[in-house]
Amino acid sequence: MSQDLSTATFSGYRRENGRVGVRNHVIILPVDDLSNSACEAVANNITGTMALPHPYGRLQFGEDLDLHFRTLIGTGANPNVAAVVVIGIENGWTQKIVDGIAATGKPVTGFGIEQHGDHETIMEASKVAKEYVQWASELQREDAPINELWVSTKCGESDTTSGCGANPTVGNAFDKVYPHGATLLFGETSEVTGGEHLVAERCRNDEVRERFMFMFNRYQDMINRHKTSDLSDSQPTKGNIEGGLTTIEEKALGNIQKIGKECVVDGVLDKAEAPTGPGLWFMDSSSAAAEMVTLAAAAGYVVHFFPTGQGNIIGNPIVPVIKICANPRTIRTMSEHVDVDVSGLLRKEMTPSEAGDKLLESMFRTANGRLTSAEALGHREFVLTRLYESA
Amino acid sequence: MIDFVVHDEGDSVGVVVVEGVKAGDEITGWVMDQDKDIRFKATSDIPIGHKLAIKAMKEGDTVIKYGTDIGKVVADIGTGEHAHVHNIKTKRW
Repeated sequence: MSQDLSTATFSGYRRENGRVGVRNHVIILPVDDLSNSACEAVANNITGTMALPHPYGRLQFGEDLDLHFRTLIGTGANPNVAAVVVIGIENGWTQKIVDGIAATGKPVTGFGIEQHGDHETIMEASKVAKEYVQWASELQREDAPINELWVSTKCGESDTTSGCGANPTVGNAFDKVYPHGATLLFGETSEVTGGEHLVAERCRNDEVRERFMFMFNRYQDMINRHKTSDLSDSQPTKGNIEGGLTTIEEKALGNIQKIGKECVVDGVLDKAEAPTGPGLWFMDSSSAAAEMVTLAAAAGYVVHFFPTGQGNIIGNPIVPVIKICANPRTIRTMSEHVDVDVSGLLRKEMTPSEAGDKLLESMFRTANGRLTSAEALGHREFVLTRLYESA
Repeated sequence: MIDFVVHDEGDSVGVVVVEGVKAGDEITGWVMDQDKDIRFKATSDIPIGHKLAIKAMKEGDTVIKYGTDIGKVVADIGTGEHAHVHNIKTKRW
């Protein structure tokens, strides 16, 4: 398959704010850890809804609290979500998240548990969730051009085959969709260490380059502040080392294959911050898989490319995560997790362009509604990034 | 049959892409950027995904992969030998 991307379309759900989603979730979103139980009860009551439990949201403050709100509001605002029920222990922060999501125009209602208890909250929230899910079930997909598709990437449990197979496949696909106005994202700030000069060279102008280096240095400072060793027990991970990656520099050089050879880094985002236009964006972000994909979803990305070597099995509750793998042993032992097998690249049976086309074919099918392996297997890792302790 | 790949002909290491490479095996590598084949004798057992040295390196040397610095040699490495955390370390952190 090598289709004309200038006329190619995908079939998605156009939301009230004009953005196009590729899924039609009704989510039950807890503001805090205490509200997980009620959210899960509502999701159990109402078929077709999904709770997104998480462990945080109490006594956070400052930039860490801003990030908490930005991530939860962004998750609810994501165009893969049709409607949202928000439940928090108290009304203040609950309303703040409701207001943030309501700015998109989509249906959203919040419930505070205090003065009501779980029983009444679950009953009232279930009534609203039922209305939302029946309403959402009538929404129809419509065709949209590729410049309305927002695609993020992050790799995980990488090995050396990632750098020569799966990651260049993403790079090839990005190089192909970039000229057609797609909105793209990469990140993993610690995992460009050793290749930061190569990312800096790819930045559109000095302003973007300075912003990228600011984010890079900020992350390095954080690591230097907290480290107790050369991080060789964490970064590369034990799985990376088992897979043959030796140093962070080697891992980083493989990692940045994902941005291809031609795309330009058009802008730099803080964690969970939405881009303001098309192009390739760098997001300052954790390199832990579920954290980064959660941040990308909160920024509004609707499809995720996830290359793996040793077999990271991550999914996300609202964004389809497409797994790409070039390691023949992983394909043999973990095939149920792999959506796009590009192991032929390492046998010279497939060209990088053919691998990129294969991924784009999977991207269109996934956007049009085909469930990814992670979706079919029920992977819904929703992991919030924390910046420091609670007050 | 490709047993290992090398990103660039200036690199000092290649990556084994098949299972079961044993010491003494004659193996064929593909240099991707220049699209040419090279042959080496493995002098260690090397698992899939792990690197072999295609140039001899001395302690203190810089290891090159993707045409770029990926770390420093901390124990001498002969050609065809397994190159990994026991003889290469990061220069960062």
